[in-house]
Amino acid sequence: MKTITFITLFIIASFNAMAENTAIKQLIREYQLDTKSAGSAEKGRLLWNKKFTGKPPFTERSCQTCHNSNLKQQGQHIRTKKTIEALAPSVNPKSLSDLKKIKKWLKRNCKWTIGRECTADEKNHLLTFLKQQ
Amino acid sequence: MNKSVIITAITLLVSVITIPAVFSDDDRDEYRQRSLGVAAVISEPYTNECSSCHMAYPPGLLPAGSWQKIMSGLDSHFGDNAELDSESLKLISEFLISNSADNSSYRRSRKIIRGLNTKDAPIRISELPYIKREHHEIPDKMIKYNPEVNSLSNCSACHAEAKKGLFDEHSVRIPGYGHWDD
Repeated sequence: MKTITFITLFIIASFNAMAENTAIKQLIREYQLDTKSAGSAEKGRLLWNKKFTGKPPFTERSCQTCHNSNLKQQGQHIRTKKTIEALAPSVNPKSLSDLKKIKKWLKRNCKWTIGRECTADEKNHLLTFLKQQ
Repeated sequence: MNKSVIITAITLLVSVITIPAVFSDDDRDEYRQRSLGVAAVISEPYTNECSSCHMAYPPGLLPAGSWQKIMSGLDSHFGDNAELDSESLKLISEFLISNSADNSSYRRSRKIIRGLNTKDAPIRISELPYIKREHHEIPDKMIKYNPEVNSLSNCSACHAEAKKGLFDEHSVRIPGYGHWDD
């Protein structure tokens, strides 16, 4: 009987752990399988802050151009001035909670900011960094 | 003064007083929308995909050809990458085209079309002759150099009911300047 209770509890606990596995964790796992390496929050932070050159009128571009340099605060779309909700999951639980959306925005925003799609390594680092915010 | 004139006058007077009562609030809203706005159509995929960066412009503001052009160039969308997955692209294109200005009977949509040649397909709402004409009296300081407005393309900054497709003067509030009257 004890064993059954233990197994049941274990299964429930695993389910809970799975439910907690938000989209971002799932995606990180995907990239880790792809790249066969763990993401580095530090490398993610450096990429997040790195400045790139783009076409005028926005010649200097970085993630912070539209997302606030303080990730816990709202950002603003540089061109349309529309408010962008804070990206840090600690203050905005909706942020980074939809797998499809994360992929879409990584693709679009890497292209705009860096001028090309990000590699799986870069995305792995970026998400590892963002998850901790 | 003969009798018939008096009877006609009374009939007219009574009609003027009673006719408005025949219309319900819904009728009045419908009338306001048709005569003063563009159709307030909603599509969830459109709002979800397009309103992250800008207002979801009502489709009745551009002709079908314009929407086609915009939707086929999303990888370079006014300088931004706004690519969509193929399913969303199809759904949203169909929505925009079937509700475009040339497929609408609403007054402002008609006026937008009247200002264009048949083959014109401008991709900027702010460059439509009708839209330019309607805004030409407003000084740059209230739009372009107004930090809360920034551009004519930012409809909802001043048109409080833009999302509902309503653009009449009653609902205009220019940030820092207030109500606008011609």
